Amino acid sequence: MKAVAPKPSPRRFHQASWDEPVIFELSQPGARGVLLPEVEEAIELEVGDVSSHLPVSLKRKNLPVLPEMAQLHVLRHYARLSQENLGVDLNIDIGQGTCTMKYSPKVNDQLARSPKMADLHPLQDESTVQGMLEIMWKLEQFLKEISGMERFSLQPGAGSAAIYANVAMVRAYHESRGEGKQRDEVITTIFSHPSNAACAKTAGYKVITLYPDADGYPDLEALKAAVSERTAALFITNPEDTGIFNDRIQDFVKTVHAVGGLCVYDQANANGILGITRARDAGFDLCHFNLHKTFSTPHGSGGPAAGACGVAPALVPFLPTPTIEFDGERYRLEFNLPQSVGKTRPWYGVAQNILKAYAWIMSLGADGLKEVAEIAVLNNNYLLKKVLEIHGVSMPYSKGRHRIEQVRYSWEEMYRETGVHSEEMETRVADFGTHFWTSHHPYVVPEPMTLEPTESYSQADLDEYVAILKQVAHEAYTDPEIIHSAPHNSTVHQANHEPFDNPEEWAVTWRAYKRKTK
Amino acid sequence: MRIGLIINPIAGIGGRVGLKGSDGLETQQKALALGAQTLSHLRAGVTLETLFPVKNLFELVTAAGLMGETAARQHGFKPTVIGPQSSGLTSAEDTRQAAREMLDDSIDLLLFAGGDGTARDIFTAVGTRVPVLGIPAGVKIHSAVFATHPRAAGEIAASFIHGKRLELRESEVIDLDEESYRAGTIITKLYGFLNVPILSHKVQNKKAPSPGREFAQMDAIAADVIESMQPGWLTILGPGTTTRAIADRLGVPKTLVGVDVYEGERVIALDAGEAKLLDLIADQPAKIVVSPVGGQGFIFGRGNQQISPNVLRKVGRENIILISLMEKLNALAGEPFLVDSGDAGLDGILAGYMPVISGYHEKVIYRVSA
Repeated sequence: MKAVAPKPSPRRFHQASWDEPVIFELSQPGARGVLLPEVEEAIELEVGDVSSHLPVSLKRKNLPVLPEMAQLHVLRHYARLSQENLGVDLNIDIGQGTCTMKYSPKVNDQLARSPKMADLHPLQDESTVQGMLEIMWKLEQFLKEISGMERFSLQPGAGSAAIYANVAMVRAYHESRGEGKQRDEVITTIFSHPSNAACAKTAGYKVITLYPDADGYPDLEALKAAVSERTAALFITNPEDTGIFNDRIQDFVKTVHAVGGLCVYDQANANGILGITRARDAGFDLCHFNLHKTFSTPHGSGGPAAGACGVAPALVPFLPTPTIEFDGERYRLEFNLPQSVGKTRPWYGVAQNILKAYAWIMSLGADGLKEVAEIAVLNNNYLLKKVLEIHGVSMPYSKGRHRIEQVRYSWEEMYRETGVHSEEMETRVADFGTHFWTSHHPYVVPEPMTLEPTESYSQADLDEYVAILKQVAHEAYTDPEIIHSAPHNSTVHQANHEPFDNPEEWAVTWRAYKRKTK
Repeated sequence: MRIGLIINPIAGIGGRVGLKGSDGLETQQKALALGAQTLSHLRAGVTLETLFPVKNLFELVTAAGLMGETAARQHGFKPTVIGPQSSGLTSAEDTRQAAREMLDDSIDLLLFAGGDGTARDIFTAVGTRVPVLGIPAGVKIHSAVFATHPRAAGEIAASFIHGKRLELRESEVIDLDEESYRAGTIITKLYGFLNVPILSHKVQNKKAPSPGREFAQMDAIAADVIESMQPGWLTILGPGTTTRAIADRLGVPKTLVGVDVYEGERVIALDAGEAKLLDLIADQPAKIVVSPVGGQGFIFGRGNQQISPNVLRKVGRENIILISLMEKLNALAGEPFLVDSGDAGLDGILAGYMPVISGYHEKVIYRVSA
């Protein structure tokens, strides 16, 4: 027989495009997905009119305006939407730099879905949830070992929620020392995750941002000019979003400590340094991990995720309540924490994600975690070398030096030579079944592209991804119109971003949409 | 729909042969004698190519010969030709005359290819009465009125032709005095502002701020500055739209290109010169509020020379408040703010790190270089 023809590179991709309406538009009055059974007579006799027990204030006057649909139509709607998506299970998901899009083993999803887990309720008596409390306690012990911190809280439901909890603890610490009012400034860097500035600002702090020095490192001299008796804390990421590791980090910590400020390490993404450096060893007072980045739990497209806050001994009294304690035999929740910042969200944390992170760490062990970091860094530097072979792309700052786990590249040279923007490249890349992310706004690196290959991807994956970038770069120089008019094979389309600045031109609920389009 | 196009055929001619600009007939002749190529019509040509697919949807109005007509015909347009009938070398007055006639001819958008000198001539002729966009083609591009790329200029015009509303921003026209520049000293001036379409979507990156958001950011900066004002202190506002937002928030008038003085919500002096400033600060403490002028990050010595070394020394470094939109800082691509006050000793004092207010309760620590 004849052999099957070899597949061309890059692959020929074509995505579904269903032109699917919003689910509210699919609603048919009277349609039902489920018909609830009538209440049995014996039960009705026993309990009477159940709804009469509800307080009047809780009763709806009108029915909620929910879509009315048959099961088939609901299923079809979401199945179609799922075909119009990319994700770690479909594409070589290394383009979402800073987000650490690694493989989340399916077995961990199965654990989280098992009835043992799914049927738990947070109001159960402690004696009946010893297993879950043990997992939470043990995960705390792992994170302590990984970071060198004294204690952890697993309560925050997201990375930014963890940063906010850390801001709250910083404030409680200074207030406990009578310096709450005086210390009203938080310092961060422009290449730290912007949630640091945002959370501090939300909590009422004034925010001071440092720009990098000529080599792309956070500028120590700028920090020295910024610190004062008003400094509450430094919130800093390391390595920053450029992938550059700040090897003077201890000098940063000392500079802030010298004026009485605290140092908070954003380790949302710790994928390049697991088992290699520890927050506490560099002198940090607080840190946080995103379990959905480094520790492989799914990102959940906006949640619920899980953040974990770690603190040095001096900050332990301020941890969110409750903490999980173990006396050698029994696990229990400790609510009596008089200096605690209180709750950052209901209950104890996103239990399914805590379980998945625990399972992931258990499956790897300490040596495995270090190997994760080593492979992530190796993958990144392999990718870096291959990407820089493409004409038009460059790596700003510290030329010729390695990066840790990610790189913020620049297509500025291509833009100057062809007039093609990185955001147009981004749209065109979707025609090949993948994507890349530019950077946070406003752009500091011009025409940016941020790639983070993590440990999950093979050399062949990385080569395929580079081949796509190379193809699109080639098009920019030879046939830019194909990029300007992209996408051609993808579900995504060119969106007009201008209305984003005008709240009258967008809506986040169907009700608001109806009102604003009347 | 009528789009005007003025090409300054000698723009950029000086740069190629090291003459630092192209102003003045003598320089131009010298440049041509040195073998300079006029490239501005090539740059404008890129813009015209971008407009070619929509050429039937608008009327191209241009000036005669090398000022636009030649390039337009080369690229397959049939332009309406107005303005001076000069051939070969053109003067600044030719640019101004063409722009004035286009204004009278009620064009909807004026494109011009040139540099800062051309931008200045366009400003003199039309001010803010018509939207203007520069196609970068000169030696000096300090003004904020140019598209980032000739193709970008064409894309903005094309989207306008397709019916998209132009979002306008008042943008700085800055020019060096070339005579002194050639002699080795730099004197720049902020000449005024042109109404420039925001470079949106494809042209600059998508989330480039809209005028609404930029206004909100400036207003946030203004709120921060006003919050820190103390009774009995004067506030000296340098030129520009960022400082004007402070006056707007206070509800007081402000000259866009001048230096103005206030005490709280009271106007003390508008468009004050050095002598007036020295007089006012002789026995009253003052804060100086400035934002970087143009694309190169000068905070003193460009466009605000009224705030002289004597004024700065009297007010003191600690009473200088720098303000800037984050986008403006990022556009410097890591280069420091610059000072060139004319007093090297003072520049040395100003150098180092200074806080820059970038929003309400938001600051950046930024490097200042002498």
